[in-house]
Amino acid sequence: MSEAFYSIALEVNGTPRAGQVTARTSLVDWLREHLHLTGTHIGCEHGICGACSVMLDGEPVRSCLMYAIQADGHRIVTVEGLQGPDGRLSVLQDSFCETHGLQCGYCTPGMLIAAQALLDSNPQPTEADIRDAIGGNLCRCTGYQQIVDAIALAARRMAEGTT
Amino acid sequence: MSTGKPASPYGYRYIGTKRRTKEDPRFVTGRGRYAADIALPGLKHVALVASPHASARIASIRTDAARALPGVHHVLTGEEFCAATDSLPIGVDALKVTRWALARDRVRYAGEWVAAVVADSRALAEDAAELVEVEYEPLPHMTDAEQAMAPASPLVHPAHGSNVILHRNFVWGPVKDEFARAEHQISFRAIWNRNATVPIETFAVVAQWNPGTEILDIWASIQMPKYPDQTARALRLPGNAVRVHYDVDVGGSYGVKRGLKHTVLVGYLAKRLGLPVRLIEDRLENMRGGDMHGPDRVFDMTAAFDSDGTIRALKIRAVDNVGAYAGRAPFQLGKPVGAICGPYRIAAIAYEPISVLTNKTPQEAVRGFGQSPTNFALERTMDRIAQFLNMDRIALRRRNLIRKEEFPYTIPSGSTYDSGDYHAVLDKTLAAIDYPALVRRREEARRGGLLAGIGTSTCLEPSGGNSAFEPLLNPKNETTTWMDSCLVRIDLSGAITGIMGTSSSGQGHETLVSTIVGEILERDPAHIRVIHADSLNALPSNSPVGSRMAIMLGGAAAGAARHIRDTLIAIAAHNFECATEDVEYRDGNVSLKGVPEKVLSWDQLVEISHRKFHRLPPDIEPGLQAKFVWEVPTGGGLPTPDDRVHIYPCYAFETHIVYVEIDPETATPSIKEYVCGHDCGVMINPDIVHGMTYGGIAHGIGAALYEQFTYDDNGQLTSGTFMDYLIPSALEVPPIRIVDHCTPSPLTTFGQKGSGEAGYLGAPAAVANAVNDALAPLGVEVNALPISHLAIFEALSTCSAP
Repeated sequence: MSEAFYSIALEVNGTPRAGQVTARTSLVDWLREHLHLTGTHIGCEHGICGACSVMLDGEPVRSCLMYAIQADGHRIVTVEGLQGPDGRLSVLQDSFCETHGLQCGYCTPGMLIAAQALLDSNPQPTEADIRDAIGGNLCRCTGYQQIVDAIALAARRMAEGTT
Repeated sequence: MSTGKPASPYGYRYIGTKRRTKEDPRFVTGRGRYAADIALPGLKHVALVASPHASARIASIRTDAARALPGVHHVLTGEEFCAATDSLPIGVDALKVTRWALARDRVRYAGEWVAAVVADSRALAEDAAELVEVEYEPLPHMTDAEQAMAPASPLVHPAHGSNVILHRNFVWGPVKDEFARAEHQISFRAIWNRNATVPIETFAVVAQWNPGTEILDIWASIQMPKYPDQTARALRLPGNAVRVHYDVDVGGSYGVKRGLKHTVLVGYLAKRLGLPVRLIEDRLENMRGGDMHGPDRVFDMTAAFDSDGTIRALKIRAVDNVGAYAGRAPFQLGKPVGAICGPYRIAAIAYEPISVLTNKTPQEAVRGFGQSPTNFALERTMDRIAQFLNMDRIALRRRNLIRKEEFPYTIPSGSTYDSGDYHAVLDKTLAAIDYPALVRRREEARRGGLLAGIGTSTCLEPSGGNSAFEPLLNPKNETTTWMDSCLVRIDLSGAITGIMGTSSSGQGHETLVSTIVGEILERDPAHIRVIHADSLNALPSNSPVGSRMAIMLGGAAAGAARHIRDTLIAIAAHNFECATEDVEYRDGNVSLKGVPEKVLSWDQLVEISHRKFHRLPPDIEPGLQAKFVWEVPTGGGLPTPDDRVHIYPCYAFETHIVYVEIDPETATPSIKEYVCGHDCGVMINPDIVHGMTYGGIAHGIGAALYEQFTYDDNGQLTSGTFMDYLIPSALEVPPIRIVDHCTPSPLTTFGQKGSGEAGYLGAPAAVANAVNDALAPLGVEVNALPISHLAIFEALSTCSAP
């Protein structure tokens, strides 16, 4: 059984990337196995847990439910792309460290993507907005409390212009 | 690294202060290193062929078509595998209940692995797995434990001669007399259905055999005591031929990451094929064949008590459905012996634990190791007694809680509770939530047509895990130590490294060790590195189970750091030609008391240790490192002939108060208020303790309302995905308030107790009590968890029926 390969070209974390993929290669497998961007994690492979969330043209999507070929021509941001160009933690990442908004770290990249997407569109979210935005990302360690605290802290810091 | 440093409430320099963890930065940048991230050149991938039947004889397996597929390296079946490896260990005395990763001749649950395909990619391996043809002859099956105990039931393991693998009758104290004397008694059944902590990362393992060194290297998402030893034994290798790399980040475990069978399978394949091999469970493999289901228990509770609310005695019968095979899971009936009466003064207890084989997925260890179900049954009992006596539930608890002045307090089954102030924690928690106002809110909600209820629980978290329940439940097993250890090393540059011998799955052990070592050496923890040695380099550890690491790893780190400190003091005193009592240690520098200018700095002392043998005292080794191996405090003893045993050393206390509203039209429960009073002694890092407690409560809410591994009449798991197995999201888990209290443990280095199972041990009971309080005005109750939306709907239907 030899499978056909297709060319794709897209932007990942601001860098143009190209590759040859089979039709059945999922986006998350391609990011992890071919680009070695292992920050994006696989949890359920059926679109529920949100661990594999990445941004596609600025919107959070499940990279386990997308084929790599569907990302052709699009713009992807993974957790590796959240840091500033100087390598410093983003306000959001730093806020997660400040409130200890994680434990094992496995859901964290997906949480950060969901939270960043929220803050990009709603810089002053209420607690209900925050819980709604991460409602599609499952975490088994934290009970969400310190994650919600982290996102609220990040929003406050961004509003104040502090980091 | 640290920001905002309020002083430690305990008077320590670092312990108990707000400090960022050492681990978080790598995780927020996507730089964790999990088992699935281990990339080895030439890595091959495993896919599994699983049984579609709950019970069947394997008539034949045809693998030719799968083998013929290009890119396939091997198709392994039970025939080859079981001949080449040994059965996995079983904890209880039922040695004929054998178990391999792959079935041979017979399958005993739906999802059991029958063959393993190794190929160039997982996708190819899955293609090939579909070409494996297995012919089955279905056999009768059962998924109900009580049915499996009936005399005529089919046997899951005919060689064992029974489906019961453990059945004991413990009687501690004058049970008969107390029942005779008591004014009242009640009996009821409480059911804890199967759930688990279900980490978001499934189990993953990578193995590579080096024929030159004859070492099998293993990277796995593991949290398990004796894992390297048991892997080596099953593979018929000496222990020093297996090297487990504990520096792999584990994506959540909460007890369940115990992929021993996966590891033996992959280890065998790697050695047999001479290729690096990896198995990552997909979600369905994890849910039905991953050995990670938790207790599945029917409690028959009988309580004897007086009209004033004094509880005299309890009878507890616990039938646990362990599934088709058993490893350590039956011991989950044993650990609760250490807190069998909860936080209450109850003079006499009868306990009948029964572990039963069925055709369900095998059970494994889950957070709390059987304590949370037991606490649920105890706390339902408390509420039912209060209801029977028409007494306030909190007043009933207050009457029976052990009082502060009674500690240390030995319970009838032989464990001694170290310390506590249960009444103070309860009072603080009630005040924090303004309990009278909460009652008024409930009454208002009820008047407004809602079903509304308040639930409470007062529960214990035994901590400092050892394994004293092993000899209690299996007299052939004489395990009396469950040590842990730490090595602290100061290099020539003066930098400090702490070395631990196990993996972490989010508990923040690097922060724990660095904080404690920094505290004792008076050096900034931010600059202390903590690494996870591999199993051939490591000192002994029994892994982070049973809420033990703050106590055991923390105690070991403290012991090693104190040795370093003592060494530095001895070196300085030798150089000052004075007694060690005449010098003063401060910030790592040692000076002559009263003569602060006469000082040897940290760097100078390190230099002497590493380079200047002529300036070392005669009895001090050169180089600066110290190990400390610690036995569990109070551990070391076998059970008495009358079955009394001291289980865990430390007992944390938690009280939960929950307010729930249920829409009577939709039967949907919603948690509106949640407060948890928690006393785990001194908290090394409060953010970490609070985080684990919030997470434990979320697990408990899942167990109480949503999560269940359900089976249909054919013995098929019907909740194998996250669409059917419902994990609470940020929308179901409410904001939670934690009220801290500190009663130090007299047994530990800094007064700390464990907290890794906090929240989970009291939340299911409190939430169940809240829902039942909401249903109480209708005269119905639900004593089986989860109290799902459907269960509430059905309960409402029964009382609204004409």
